[in-house]
Amino acid sequence: MTAQVKYADVEVGSELPAASFPVTRLSLVRYCGASGDFNVIHWNERIAKAVGLPNVIAHGMFTMAQAARYITDWTGDPGSMTEFGVRFSAPVVVPDDDTGATIEMTGTVEEKLVGDRVVVALTARSAGAKVLTRARAVVRLP
Amino acid sequence: MPVNQDFVGRTFPATKPYEVSRVKIAEFADAIGDPSPVFRDQDAAVAAGYPDVIAPPTFPIVVTMASTGSAVADPALGINYAMVVHGEQRFEYSRPLRAGDVVTAQSTIESIREVGRNVMMTTRTELRTVDGEHLVTAFSTLVERGT
Repeated sequence: MTAQVKYADVEVGSELPAASFPVTRLSLVRYCGASGDFNVIHWNERIAKAVGLPNVIAHGMFTMAQAARYITDWTGDPGSMTEFGVRFSAPVVVPDDDTGATIEMTGTVEEKLVGDRVVVALTARSAGAKVLTRARAVVRLP
Repeated sequence: MPVNQDFVGRTFPATKPYEVSRVKIAEFADAIGDPSPVFRDQDAAVAAGYPDVIAPPTFPIVVTMASTGSAVADPALGINYAMVVHGEQRFEYSRPLRAGDVVTAQSTIESIREVGRNVMMTTRTELRTVDGEHLVTAFSTLVERGT
């Protein structure tokens, strides 16, 4: 198990280590199957473009899952979230090549709450665009 | 086609009980690429303080989509699903879902707003065990892009 961040050791302004997460067409096909969300814009380039998107785009919930992992990797406990919300501000565009797309995450402790909880504000970028805004998680720390 | 405002405030029947399984949790964790053992190994989950393997924080969407999906798919609502993207998502957790939970989801359409040429619909879905224990409340905003 990863070492856990302690509530007492965290300050407002503490930064989470930056991390990046890959997304390929295979990621999206697997996520379609595991989540049950088979919206064609996540796997069919022809229809994605026909409805005005630049290409196939990642599920917002796939991006949110990466963001959740980013935060719980930091807390060391995947069950530590008590609240988590995001706005999907731009699509993660996933080309049909061997590289796919990358989502880059940074995060900062925005507030310390009573009950050993902290608010983490995070940013997520892909191809230079902010793909999540208003992204906040409340996590419980030991 | 205009989206039907009569749906605002409508609460849909609770979904049939959904049994959260270790296999489904592991499949979901694989699909999001999170290698944590507490999603896969009961011993690791117990060591971390949980009675059984827990599900990733976004796993509840699997159950809530089954509930909101039937609303979105209703032709009377007037939404073209190929034009739908996810606008916002928020979860408020009482505890993580875990293997063995038998859960139902019940959705209410909170609002339908026209923003420019887009239509934004927000639903609230409550996930509870069949015994009535609250697990998570999920707020989803879907955006139907205007053409």
